[in-house]
Amino acid sequence: MSNKIYDVIIVGGGPAGLAAAVGAKKAGAKDVLIVERDISLGGILEQCIHPGFGLKTFGEELTGPEYARRYIKEVLDLGVEYKLETMVLEVGDHSVTGINSKDGLFIAEGKSIVLCMGCRERTRGAIMTPGTRPAGVYTAGAAQRLVNRQNMMVGKKVVILGSGDIGMIMARRMTLEGAKVLAVAELMDYTAGLTRNRVQCLEDFDIPLLLSHTVVEIKGNKRVEGVVIAEVDPATKKPIEGTEKLYECDTLLLSCGLIPENELSKASGIKLNRITSGPEVNQFMQTNKPSVFASGNVVHVNDLADNVSEESERAGKYAALYAAGKLTAGAEIPTVPGTNVRYICPQRVCPTEPATLFFRAAAPQKNVTVKVLAGEKEIFSKKLIKINPGEMEKVEVKPEQIAGATQITINVIAN
Amino acid sequence: MKKTDIVIIGAGAVGSALARELAKYKLDVTVVEKNEDLGGDSSKSNSAIIHTGYDAKPGTLESQLVVAANPMYDKLTKDLDIPFSRIGALLPAFTEEQFEQLPALKHKAMMNRVYDIEYLTGEQTLKMEPNLNPEVKGSLYIPRESIIDPFLLCIALAENAADNGVHFMLGTKCTGIKVEEGAVTTVQTTAGDIQTKYVINAAGLYCDEIAGYVGKADYYVTPRKGQFYILDKNTSCKVGMIILPIPTKITKGKLMCPTIHGNMLVGPTAEDMLDKQDKSTNAAGLESIATDVRKMIPNVNLRDTITQYSGLRAQRNPEGLNIDVYDDLKGYVNISGVRSTGLTGSVAIAKYVVDLMIEGGMKAEFKTNFNPIRKGTPIFAELSNEERAALIAKDPRYGNIICRCETVTEGQICDAIHRTLGARSVDGVKRRLRAGMGRCQGGFCGPRVIEILARELGIAPEEVRKNDPGSEMLTGKAR
Repeated sequence: MSNKIYDVIIVGGGPAGLAAAVGAKKAGAKDVLIVERDISLGGILEQCIHPGFGLKTFGEELTGPEYARRYIKEVLDLGVEYKLETMVLEVGDHSVTGINSKDGLFIAEGKSIVLCMGCRERTRGAIMTPGTRPAGVYTAGAAQRLVNRQNMMVGKKVVILGSGDIGMIMARRMTLEGAKVLAVAELMDYTAGLTRNRVQCLEDFDIPLLLSHTVVEIKGNKRVEGVVIAEVDPATKKPIEGTEKLYECDTLLLSCGLIPENELSKASGIKLNRITSGPEVNQFMQTNKPSVFASGNVVHVNDLADNVSEESERAGKYAALYAAGKLTAGAEIPTVPGTNVRYICPQRVCPTEPATLFFRAAAPQKNVTVKVLAGEKEIFSKKLIKINPGEMEKVEVKPEQIAGATQITINVIAN
Repeated sequence: MKKTDIVIIGAGAVGSALARELAKYKLDVTVVEKNEDLGGDSSKSNSAIIHTGYDAKPGTLESQLVVAANPMYDKLTKDLDIPFSRIGALLPAFTEEQFEQLPALKHKAMMNRVYDIEYLTGEQTLKMEPNLNPEVKGSLYIPRESIIDPFLLCIALAENAADNGVHFMLGTKCTGIKVEEGAVTTVQTTAGDIQTKYVINAAGLYCDEIAGYVGKADYYVTPRKGQFYILDKNTSCKVGMIILPIPTKITKGKLMCPTIHGNMLVGPTAEDMLDKQDKSTNAAGLESIATDVRKMIPNVNLRDTITQYSGLRAQRNPEGLNIDVYDDLKGYVNISGVRSTGLTGSVAIAKYVVDLMIEGGMKAEFKTNFNPIRKGTPIFAELSNEERAALIAKDPRYGNIICRCETVTEGQICDAIHRTLGARSVDGVKRRLRAGMGRCQGGFCGPRVIEILARELGIAPEEVRKNDPGSEMLTGKAR
């Protein structure tokens, strides 16, 4: 390992890390390093062989690997350095400690760091599904890796719990691979993922979607032999007795939510948000540690890779500006989720620069008005036919609108 | 026909401890285990506590052996290179009724010769465990109650026994025992007959069925299910010691304690069952744990659970630890009634049984070359950065982290597969190294572990199993 001091070191080479590298380079960073734990750059995109990527970024529809290729090419053309099969063990304010087979244990120094570790899936244990513990219970993403990257089938008769995007996409994928998908059960009374995935992955393949249903028992001692699905009370989410039905299957896939992967952030003392479980950031994607930035699903779980790329290019840009001494800190205004808003990202806004506020609704609602308040003053409002927690919304705020405010609130109110 | 001196039926804690104890003698010993891996049934899913025996029924064989076993673990765990920690236990009393029971519990401990039990005031108790219900009125402190990794204990005992010459026949079920002229002669198994002079029944949950083969089933065993939660290492409300409830007439109750690896363990239930294979969890059982444990530790956050499991204790009817030899059945030793204290008791049970056999006339001459030392797979997560760098320099596979939650490397996985009685399945790797035991529960490392197992064992990925035959992880190639 040389004694080079990088301008920007990026932890993770998935969609967020790649875009952050591009953003950093374009903003003038000279030495940029990506540290990636997997065997190639691209992260989870490498196993997302379905289309639906790039409509926003490139104006055309690409598969995950195609989308990744474009960014990888740009990263390579811009001369970004990278290390593969390398695990970061520790993140400091100006360094990362990593290991791999080639370099052994190393410390890389950087003027700024961008955290792009992505997220992980909620497991059977986390959602406490009762029953036996046989083979054949997979998170949808693990199954997706096995099928799409390792060319292995995880099962023949499949039930999917949770209507997250990966779950719905895997329902289609397993069907195309010759498996029978018996049902997708969803605890809530609405789908967790995008509407387009519900239409293209479930409805187009006649896969039953059971809203307000959950798996109450897994059966089978060695391999899954079946799961019991019951209807739940939409208010309490508790299973309704007498509605249990056995689905004979050999596989249960779980798509029950994603959790930002913040073990490194936590260990390095970065302040995390209670709702998103990711670092709290300002519009520059800067954490409470000025030299450490974060973007993509490690901050909050996005529904589109395109959003991750946009946000991460921004993180990379400001990390580069910070490294060059061109990003100075000032007083910040907190953003506050109001009526029917689950969270807002960024959690803080620097009032001298414009900011895009991304937010998610807490519950689906029809015919609403989104109102943005700077202090008590309404600075923006827009009407929407519907709002859905599965689809992220955004509003722009300008410096002149928020100057002097003590907080910025977003409310979603029925018309 | 295969010939041996002694057949041990079962490679749980007792069988494995017996194998290692007998390995010290010039005897040919064979262990027959129905499962594909070591660790038995009850031995691998329990509360992982090495008890002092303070609450055993005084004067019983169980009291004698558990009390004798506890001090053996300091040296044993060092010799076997497995983690062990004397974190101590607290029995806090929150109600007047509970408080009034403390003197009797203390006296019982004294009767069991656990003299190092101490009374603590409520204030002293809270100082030791600030997360306890502040209503605590006082407690008993039992410093030698300890925690261990139950998988590693069984695996290390068996591995060391095998390295000292004991044969293990895994995936082999005992199907009968032949008796001729009042003496055992042959153990029948799914892998053929084994001619033997001695048979030791260490079959735990199934010891009544084995005893039935020789007409000595004057008892029966029913499974008593215990469900547990494992909480994330990062959970906000932790305890530093084993927090035990004051027992009621019906149950010993539900505890909370750290695991040897830093997670929190909460449970167990005590549900009498009929099916010896039903290790399912259920919502009612898990809910009852939450209700009970919150009385002691109100802020325990069970939403931080990363997994739940259940184990089956072997409940003997009539109850009690029994170790029997018979005048009318030479060469047969029956061990029954090994229950929740069995993990602790195993090493003393082994010594007791061997002594009983020698007293009964078994010729047993000490080996001069018994090696008590086992070196485990390096635990990468616990090494210093300098030690890590040195290990990677020696074997670059130690630089490739496969399980990111528990920081388990490819080098460790390969070592666990290729060592004596090595891992043959995904669970085998998990139990030896903790790959897949962290918060993502194998979401990321599962596919990689399958690949490594297939490569190292020279089998197809679709032949890789979770544990026993029939638990294949994959159903074939994608088309």
